[in-house]
Amino acid sequence: MDGVAPLGGTEPLIDVHAHFHSARSSRPDWQRLNRARLDAGDRIGIRVHVASILGTWGQSSPTYFASPEDCSHANHVMCEIAERSGGRIKAWVAVNPNFPDYALDEMARGAARGAVGLKLAAGRRCTDFATHDALAERCAAYGWPVLQHVWQHRPHRTTMQDASNGSDVAEWAARHSSVTFVLAHIGGGGDYAHTFPAVRDVPNVVVDTSGSGIDRGMLDAAIESLGSARVLWAADLTLCTGLTKLWALEQIGLPAGALADIRWRNAVRIFPPGTFDGAVETPIAGVDTAARLGLEGST
Amino acid sequence: MIDVGAWIGDYPFRPVPHPEPAVLVRVLEREGFAGAWVGHLPSAFWRDAHAGNAVLASGLAPFPSVLRPTPVARPDWPGWETVVDDAARTGAPAVRAYPMQWGLSPDGAAMRALADRCARRGRALLLTTRFEDGRQRHPMDQVPDLPAAAVRTLVRETNASVVLTAAGRDGIEEIAWGLTDAERARIWFDCTWLWGPPDAHCAHLFATIGPERFVIATAWPLRLAQQARALLALADPPPRAPLADGAQIEAAAHARAIG
Repeated sequence: MDGVAPLGGTEPLIDVHAHFHSARSSRPDWQRLNRARLDAGDRIGIRVHVASILGTWGQSSPTYFASPEDCSHANHVMCEIAERSGGRIKAWVAVNPNFPDYALDEMARGAARGAVGLKLAAGRRCTDFATHDALAERCAAYGWPVLQHVWQHRPHRTTMQDASNGSDVAEWAARHSSVTFVLAHIGGGGDYAHTFPAVRDVPNVVVDTSGSGIDRGMLDAAIESLGSARVLWAADLTLCTGLTKLWALEQIGLPAGALADIRWRNAVRIFPPGTFDGAVETPIAGVDTAARLGLEGST
Repeated sequence: MIDVGAWIGDYPFRPVPHPEPAVLVRVLEREGFAGAWVGHLPSAFWRDAHAGNAVLASGLAPFPSVLRPTPVARPDWPGWETVVDDAARTGAPAVRAYPMQWGLSPDGAAMRALADRCARRGRALLLTTRFEDGRQRHPMDQVPDLPAAAVRTLVRETNASVVLTAAGRDGIEEIAWGLTDAERARIWFDCTWLWGPPDAHCAHLFATIGPERFVIATAWPLRLAQQARALLALADPPPRAPLADGAQIEAAAHARAIG
């Protein structure tokens, strides 16, 4: 926002766990949601949103068990948004791992369009290596990280999701040491106190801070257990709690450089080289980002 | 602005950093609050909840200008009436109750009696929907959230002034639009569990129900107190008027008592 200091400070800030919607979304207000994310992101000072669209968000197939057709459409729109953004938005390729051959093809299509990582939700636990190892191997070839949705300390098959937890991610990540696994949303549900020791000894697992949870002590515990080099700031569905945690990080006595690591430098390290070139050096300019990017016309 | 929902003391199911009154005072100052209505967190889980009231009073005594005790009254326990009367006598702004944690019907006879007595003594009744997100609870913590239907009933069937903390959008709307104008004027909702953008539930409810029905309850030491500031900073559109404040609630509750 012109002339107004970002709420989250002027240092670079990357949200590694963002979401958008397409016209096929279950949400009729999908345009408003896209605009609101960008407007609020501008106010906070987010320079880059690394984002995915999860199928149709339940409209024509379940969010966590999205059909290949819905995944492809969502990824197409997500790449389109990223392509128009001038570097402000980057795309995760989101796939349903129950269709592994399709998933590999979809990853290839995303890579060709500049996608920067693989997003997996809760279509199948990530310890099903028969379906998941090939995905990780492809990520290794592309230099992509994996963003893995988790339900902390609750690995189970339940209504509408087969969730992985920290132990699952650690087990999978240990098989693919050249790939960085981002354990999603430590504030997104479940017991984070289980997650940190579960992944501590697997150095290629990092965590993102997103989710609606804002427990006091959660951020401190993450950093104490994993170190600031393995914690990435993110917001997911609630940008307010993202801002809250950003402000909290400023209060917990981090050593010099650690806050910059969490805000953006760790992201630069784990994504393919050049992903954020230009973006993190350039302050946000202008208002009405959504209109500038033409997002409201995305299909 | 007053934080109408903070606590001191430990939580049984996870460690919370430094839940001491002196730390709360510093947090309130940093976040721009003039003061807080403070409860004793362990009291929600003690069988004799009233035993925590003395701990609360002594803990807050060094900070009388900032931290105001909000004692608990457990309405199935001997002597609860005296707790409410003492709260009025000592100027406590509200009385807290945790019917779900105590195994009480949240809109049963005992809770209605408590609400009635709070009304007659000019004290608000402060209710807590939840302490934690349901997805992270300890296996021993099987207590359901406070049902919105019970809150509606308490407001309808008593003359109490009610402050409801930690409710989400669905619960708040179910209550707010399930009351008459006169009834709705006796309830205030904490906004800090609402979602900001992009869903923007908080801004939506400010616009539809009205900012005058909302207050801030940080839920410190369980939750980060910065959330209130973040929600207000990101509210788009911003609230058309200031949120309610503790003093307004006190005045309203007191006026009903003497009226």
